[in-house]
Amino acid sequence: MTMADHKTNKDQRYDRQLRLWGDHGQEALENAHVCLVNAAASGTEILKNLVLPGIGAFTIVDGHRVSGEDVGNNFFLSSDSVGKNRAQATTELLQELNTDVSGNFVEENPDRLLDNDPEFFHRFSLVIAVQLEESTCLRLGSVLWNAAVPFLVCRTYGLVGYMRLVVREHTVVESHPDNALEDLRLDQPFPELTNHITSYDLDNMEKKDHSHTPWVIIVAKYLQKWCREHDFQLPRNYKEKEAFRQLLREGIRKNENGTPEEEENFDEAIKNVNTALNPSKIPTAVEDLFNAEQCENITSQSPAFWVMVRAVRDFVQAEGRGSLPVRGTIPDMIADSDKFISLQNVYRERALQDAAAVSRHVESHLQAVGKLPECISEQDIRLFCKNAAFLRVVHCRALVEEYGVDTVHKDEITSCMDNPDSEMVLYLMLRSVDCFYQQHSRYPGVYNYQVEDDIVRLKLCVHSLLQEYGLTVNVKDDYVHEFCRYGAAEPHTVAAFMGGAAAQEAIKLITHQFVPFNNTFIYNAMAQTSATFQL
Amino acid sequence: SLSLLLFSLFRKKKRRIEELTEKMALDVGSSGDWDGRWRHVQKFLERSGPFTHPDFEPSEETLQFLLETCKILVIGAGGLGCELLKNLALSGFRHIHVVDMDTIDVSNLNRQFLFRSKDVGHPKAEVAADFINSRVPGCHVVPHFKKIQEFDESFYRQFHIIVCGLDSIIARRWMNGMLLSLLVYDDGVLDPSSIIPLIDGGTEGFKGNARVILPGMTACIDCTLELYPPQINFPMCTIASMPRLPEHCIEYARILQWPKENTSIPSLLVLMCLPLYGVALDGDNPEHIHWVFQKSLERAAEFNIIGVTYRLTQGVVKRIIPAVASTNAVIAGTVPSRENTALFAYVPLNNYLVFNDVDGLYTYTFEAERKENCSACSQVPQKLQFPPSAKLQEVLEYLTENASLQMKSPAITATLEGKNKTLYLQTVASIEEKTRPNLCKTLKELGLADGQELAVADVTTPQTVLFKLNFTS
Ligand SMILES: [Zn+2]
Repeated sequence: MTMADHKTNKDQRYDRQLRLWGDHGQEALENAHVCLVNAAASGTEILKNLVLPGIGAFTIVDGHRVSGEDVGNNFFLSSDSVGKNRAQATTELLQELNTDVSGNFVEENPDRLLDNDPEFFHRFSLVIAVQLEESTCLRLGSVLWNAAVPFLVCRTYGLVGYMRLVVREHTVVESHPDNALEDLRLDQPFPELTNHITSYDLDNMEKKDHSHTPWVIIVAKYLQKWCREHDFQLPRNYKEKEAFRQLLREGIRKNENGTPEEEENFDEAIKNVNTALNPSKIPTAVEDLFNAEQCENITSQSPAFWVMVRAVRDFVQAEGRGSLPVRGTIPDMIADSDKFISLQNVYRERALQDAAAVSRHVESHLQAVGKLPECISEQDIRLFCKNAAFLRVVHCRALVEEYGVDTVHKDEITSCMDNPDSEMVLYLMLRSVDCFYQQHSRYPGVYNYQVEDDIVRLKLCVHSLLQEYGLTVNVKDDYVHEFCRYGAAEPHTVAAFMGGAAAQEAIKLITHQFVPFNNTFIYNAMAQTSATFQL
Repeated sequence: SLSLLLFSLFRKKKRRIEELTEKMALDVGSSGDWDGRWRHVQKFLERSGPFTHPDFEPSEETLQFLLETCKILVIGAGGLGCELLKNLALSGFRHIHVVDMDTIDVSNLNRQFLFRSKDVGHPKAEVAADFINSRVPGCHVVPHFKKIQEFDESFYRQFHIIVCGLDSIIARRWMNGMLLSLLVYDDGVLDPSSIIPLIDGGTEGFKGNARVILPGMTACIDCTLELYPPQINFPMCTIASMPRLPEHCIEYARILQWPKENTSIPSLLVLMCLPLYGVALDGDNPEHIHWVFQKSLERAAEFNIIGVTYRLTQGVVKRIIPAVASTNAVIAGTVPSRENTALFAYVPLNNYLVFNDVDGLYTYTFEAERKENCSACSQVPQKLQFPPSAKLQEVLEYLTENASLQMKSPAITATLEGKNKTLYLQTVASIEEKTRPNLCKTLKELGLADGQELAVADVTTPQTVLFKLNFTS
């Protein structure tokens, strides 16, 4: 197969996802190497959803021998895998899903690996641990935190799913917001836009041109008129906006009998008054980035993201006169082709100019820290400017902070527990179950005969946990009973749900597109509800 | 409450089907099982818990019921279907049927994990069934490489539960209509043993939804038709005379240029019997897409429009919906936990779940409500309010455009002077031609009276919908 054939084949195979994250997102996936600790059902489900879209490589670390129970809930094991090493057996069946992916395995207990070769974990783009016991998880968490390797913890415990993201700093340029506001600058038009608006004379136009004038022009024209009559103030409240709509309505051409013509572009203008009057301001999330330490101090170690944030901030303070670079896109609207395209070009050209200005700031910062201007491409700067209003940075707390008696987010826990059935209770139960494991070297209720006695023991664990952290909350006995009933089972459907959710977060982390959760996700499969907490 | 009803209903149903299947010798014993195989499932089936419904009786029999008796139908062996089959098989379901009319395409391989490159071109249902049957010992998946419309009531009646992973709203509605037609009413009272629960899932990109429908009892697909907004098409005048977006250029090439330039040179003979003979545009044919792409580029250049790409062309022509493995996994993960008998006991009042993970992870569950006058499930006679001077065309438009009806190609018949008369029928060309003039006639001219019943058939339902014509003045 030639390289070109291979490329077309890949384009076809990945077509449905390339429409979500583009070729550059796919490239990031193909360069990623993900480590999975423990190939339990939840883990292989996660990997399945990463191998299918074509992740570069995966490595499974697992010291377990496959049991009959494992084959019962894991699709990537077969009955003749029993007795084999679990990392090896699952790698074989996962690898088979996609030959583009390189599958590796290490037949080793993660604890031993942490003892002998903790640097082993530094090489990965992301480490995912599933069904990992607490003490190992905390050890691994601190190794990865120090090496700045993103860490995703995932767990299926009976009918409860748990996921925790541990990443020091995760930056997102393309957050793909669902309902982004348009960037039209009608409240403070830039000179080229003002000139373009002036080139229209609505009163002296052919009828056809009048009804094919884009609504953006119509609103801009009437806003000029409004401002002249209202002390140069834009319509602010509902009443004024209504009056402005009336002004637009009066602008509709009338026929000889005095009845208004049908002009759909005016209808669109009236409908879009709110959109049009939406003030062009810098979102607070972006303001926060401007004020961040990483933006203030650009060094030779600064990631490209922060150099660009700084360059955009410089732009805002200089050329942008308080505004972000123009996005350069407009929504479709009723208009003839020429009028629409020339309006679009006004925005597009301005966006290119703004990006060029930002690029000059980037260059001077790079120069100042002794780096070549080429290390951030023109294309990246344009993409960054286009998304300037949607930039996101996620900072997660370290596991040590979550577990520390002095640093625990007590208020978050206590306020959630005002509702005793909040998903927070499931978090507390998971922590209690871990406490049980620490004391008894097994999970509660694994065998039927243990259930009754373990309810009492687990209840003690709940109490000691609450006491240790000084939490004055009430955990209903029903939850203690329910968790003993689970007996650490990992039902396949819950594992499959968590496998989908965790894989999606992994893709976000690898592609730097879309926004990952921060930092704890709890899924209640009984009620089919979920919640995200900052712990 | 809903959960109580659902639970007792399921038990009645279970009993009825047990009686039916008692005589069938099923060749599945515990022989295929190994030690520990069902341990993850058994904890939920054999232990009582504080949150299960009081009616739930933990017992060893439940697993035996799953393994030996319970019969489940999966509709669609695509992205969701593959996940559903896997989840069911690993939850202990062994008698599974799967219906899918499609064959495997390369673009399926990024998420439909039961298929490999060598399977491209083969029927999805068959490959999926073979894979599950060989991976999960004792599981017996029966494939049907067919359309759902090719089966009748007796086929559907044999299942305890039907799970739907379809991307077509029409097919969903048809299935919904089929299950509604199986309901038995005694003196207006619904016989619960005639209910087959329908579990329906759908995904698009990073979003998805899953819902449980108890036909005749809870909101059906048609009750909530407003949740599926109709496909928006670009206005013809935009495409034809004032394109602004690359999509407009592609639609111009697809809708206006292709039929004109790809009609084979019509001989007189062909013209006489087949006035619209031509090569249909095939979205899976790279040559066809390439042709549309080139024409779209030319059109775009003419209007200085930028942004026409091969990928976009393919997306517009095939109306591609982006899809990833992970969202299918999430939605399918919520679906079977609802029908696993053990988890039935938990079924919450909320019957509709929405999932979105573009920004963080977000789930939302709510109770979709039944619509009192739903045209599919309400038993309430449907009304059509029109003045006698309205033209049949207006009635047709109402049926297709009304948000709660959204029919596709309705055929309208009425009984006039004791005879069944087709007023309009679109799907058969010769009848369409014959009945077309009726569209311009008023209801009065057609001889329709106030209170007249109109029977409407459509692809969205296997049943005919009866409307009562109410004249307004
Ligand atoms: Zn209904």
